[in-house]
Amino acid sequence: MLALRVVFRTKSTALLPLPGLSHSINLGYVAIRFFESLPGAMRMSEPSKGTTQAAPPTETSSLDRAPSAKEQAWEKNTLRPTLEKSPERQPEFTTLSGHAIRRLYTRADLTNWDPDRDLGFPGEPPYTRGIHSAMHRSRLWTMRQFAGFGTAEDTNQRFRYLLARGQTGLSTAFDLPTLMGYDSDHPLSEGEVGKCGVAISSLADMEVLFDKIPLANVTTSMTINSPAAIIWAMYLAVAEKQGADWKKISGTLQNDILKEYIAQKEYIYPPEPSMRLVIDTFEFGVKNTPKFNTISISGYHIREAGSTAIQELAFTLRDGMEYVEWGMRRGLDVDQFVPQLSFFFNAHNDFFEEIAKYRAARRIWHKAMVERYKSKNPRSWALRFHTQTAGCSLTAQQPYNNVVRTAIQALAAALGGTQSLHTNSLDEAWALPTEFAATIALRTQQIIAHETGVTNTVDPLGGSYFVETLTNEVERGAWEYIARIDAMGGMVAAIERSYPQREIAEASYRYQMAVDKKEKIIVGVNDFVADEKPLDILQIDETVAHRQAARLKKLRADRSQGEIDRRLHALRDAAQGKGNLMPFIYDAVKSYATLGEICDALRDVFGIYEEVAIT
Amino acid sequence: MPEKKIRVLIAKPGLDGHDRGAKIIARALRDAGMEVIYTGLRQTPEMIASAAVQEDVDVIGLSILSGAHNTICPQLMKLLHDKGMSDVTVLVGGIIPEADIPALKQSGIAEIFLPGTSTQDIVDFIHKRVALS
Repeated sequence: MLALRVVFRTKSTALLPLPGLSHSINLGYVAIRFFESLPGAMRMSEPSKGTTQAAPPTETSSLDRAPSAKEQAWEKNTLRPTLEKSPERQPEFTTLSGHAIRRLYTRADLTNWDPDRDLGFPGEPPYTRGIHSAMHRSRLWTMRQFAGFGTAEDTNQRFRYLLARGQTGLSTAFDLPTLMGYDSDHPLSEGEVGKCGVAISSLADMEVLFDKIPLANVTTSMTINSPAAIIWAMYLAVAEKQGADWKKISGTLQNDILKEYIAQKEYIYPPEPSMRLVIDTFEFGVKNTPKFNTISISGYHIREAGSTAIQELAFTLRDGMEYVEWGMRRGLDVDQFVPQLSFFFNAHNDFFEEIAKYRAARRIWHKAMVERYKSKNPRSWALRFHTQTAGCSLTAQQPYNNVVRTAIQALAAALGGTQSLHTNSLDEAWALPTEFAATIALRTQQIIAHETGVTNTVDPLGGSYFVETLTNEVERGAWEYIARIDAMGGMVAAIERSYPQREIAEASYRYQMAVDKKEKIIVGVNDFVADEKPLDILQIDETVAHRQAARLKKLRADRSQGEIDRRLHALRDAAQGKGNLMPFIYDAVKSYATLGEICDALRDVFGIYEEVAIT
Repeated sequence: MPEKKIRVLIAKPGLDGHDRGAKIIARALRDAGMEVIYTGLRQTPEMIASAAVQEDVDVIGLSILSGAHNTICPQLMKLLHDKGMSDVTVLVGGIIPEADIPALKQSGIAEIFLPGTSTQDIVDFIHKRVALS
């Protein structure tokens, strides 16, 4: 059956009040798009006229400042003569995101700033200084390296390697077929099995992935979104087999479908049923796994797609509010399910901008929980977050320089009060990391934690004129975006009109043009270029796909097809109703129904999502 | 009479959704005066080849970051050959290990652009290449 599509042809990038998505119900499981005449393709033949949308929220700095007499005297007597002799290097200075930065920050920038109200104390509202009173003095962040490639055996080995070298938590990367809900032997999986992460097609693979890793003692993060409920059910089934108590196990399910529509684009179903699945996991988690983070609301991918820091913050926090609102509409108690919501941010190159972003994030979340959702539980107010250094900042050129970039980004995350951190490996602009590169990345965190002294005191940058001003400005910019999205009717509605997608595409293009014109310098790429030797990188060949296909063939032969059919039928029926789908998914998983079979059962009922291409 | 515009199909094959690069290139080529058709995500080699025929393009630009290039590129090149489109210039941009580049070029890919390439370099390459053909 041909998918129904909204045809979107335009010669400009103007924001049109068109629905930005099409929903379709497909009958079979070949959930790909058919087209004879490129109905959804974006056709462009006229040059873009720069930004054609409404201007982004203002990003100006300290407009209403009133410098003291001493500051004015300094400007006149000391600064001006100096500038006359040697002018500054460039007419204006901005953050990586294009936010204007002043030459000097003083008390004049914080005239309306009240340290009791805006800064407070760590572990107390508004959490600007961190969510724990002693922060990293009590407990360092969890060192959680994202890993996954090849088969479950390959990744199990890497997990054990990292744990043996002092890593304190696990983080699983799944391959693209798994992320898209296809088994390794599906035709669309060809060439992709085990390439970007580990291939997991059934509970049998998951059992191998966590073999000899006690889930009662290790927390595991799983980067899975559209099929999150299914992968989580597999994880819980492994925990049960190991005898681990669901009430005690902890970990994090990414499960953030909204940022998939906005940025990473690994979606299967339309927004409405996707959100239903997310809320099903919240409800299931409250009852069964109170220590598990049922979601990791992610700005990371939004930033990687090219957003500014303020956009990352605003879209992520507004996504968080959307989940809260959908949970409340389900009838869940805010103060029961929100403590299980966690966040995930990027750490990019602009050191202070990133630190300001983390501090502002905590303040925004506290305010939203208390004022918008009338939360009474401090555990709902404190924004907990994981950080990953910026993959998009890594260069293929002179790759050893990436160690330096990653170290500085990780330092910003530490100073910004992160709870958990992944540091990228130096070779990731070429391939998934080798053991050698992954070890240096882990060592980078260990050096920051144990050698630099930055963990000796809480929020060491608190009270800095610059950091506090930037925190205020980043927060203000984010609230302006949040107000716009509220006015559109919320994040799902904003996504449907491609609003965040367009804002990110604009920012990403602006940044690329600045790099191309050398207005922004990237060492080794557009300046300080040198010849170099190629790196030794990790190669993943097609034997992974063959091994997976053989394992799936055996699985399908060994299990009871009658039971599989009954479980999938029950899931399909439940999906047509309104009840929580987690118990049905769990039953299907336990009978060794594959990921692809379960996703197909839901595709039959929910249909698939296709975005309209914008550039 | 105005000069005929160079027609480019920008395609994102495979299951990967990271479309930042594809979108930037589509827009940069359009800003350089070319007629650009961006397919959107998750295109199979068959879909890309059919689109190239229908749109009668001079250039196909593939964005691949997922490691699936060694599967996708030879399939597409064979389909283009079968459809009598061997003269179309096929470019690849993305995360491609250097060791894979010779075989990709052998299969008929005109050029591979790695991370860090400026959009102007791609525009210049296309102008030069299409002028020659």
